[in-house]
Amino acid sequence: MKLCRVIGPVVATAKHKSYAGRKLLSVQPVDEQGAATGSSFLAVDDVQAGPGDVVLVMQEGNGIRQLLKMGSQVPIRSLIVGIVDRVTVSA
Amino acid sequence: MNLGRVIGTVVATQKYEGLQGKKFLLVQPLDHALRTAGDPLVAVDTVQAGKGELIYFVNSREAALALDPFFVPVDAAIVGIVDDVAPETAQPHPDVFVIEKTGGAL
Repeated sequence: MKLCRVIGPVVATAKHKSYAGRKLLSVQPVDEQGAATGSSFLAVDDVQAGPGDVVLVMQEGNGIRQLLKMGSQVPIRSLIVGIVDRVTVSA
Repeated sequence: MNLGRVIGTVVATQKYEGLQGKKFLLVQPLDHALRTAGDPLVAVDTVQAGKGELIYFVNSREAALALDPFFVPVDAAIVGIVDDVAPETAQPHPDVFVIEKTGGAL
């Protein structure tokens, strides 16, 4: 999974049916000290994450299809699967 | 998935038969602050996106899964037209990241 910080919601009314009723958030990948690395992308939220939360993002379609149990034709490739409380790194 | 701006259309009459009747659009990937993020790419449209519109697209096999039939050689598909992108405002929770000083010669 990838460690990311939630930036905020992305609203889209016209979209593929698999996204209907699902919250879409833009997320910024961060390193082990919380500093931004790489450019932001979008992920479907499954754990009610909010702006500023540090989250775990899974970026693999097959696993996501198994989690979402919506059949095989689900074009979702990033899913927020956890909200992080603590990241401890020994320097 | 990633945000993008539709910057053009791509027409290809000679192509793999599974792609007949599909609309190809040229997309400039963007980040949440709508800054360019990577090179333009060609994506199949599944939501009737128009030129200049802000969209989001999905890559790799999931792009093909957005189409019917889904066994097609496609690795980018536009799956949403974006109405609004929230700007970055919230302050990160300060205490999530902890650097533990280990003892010994540092």
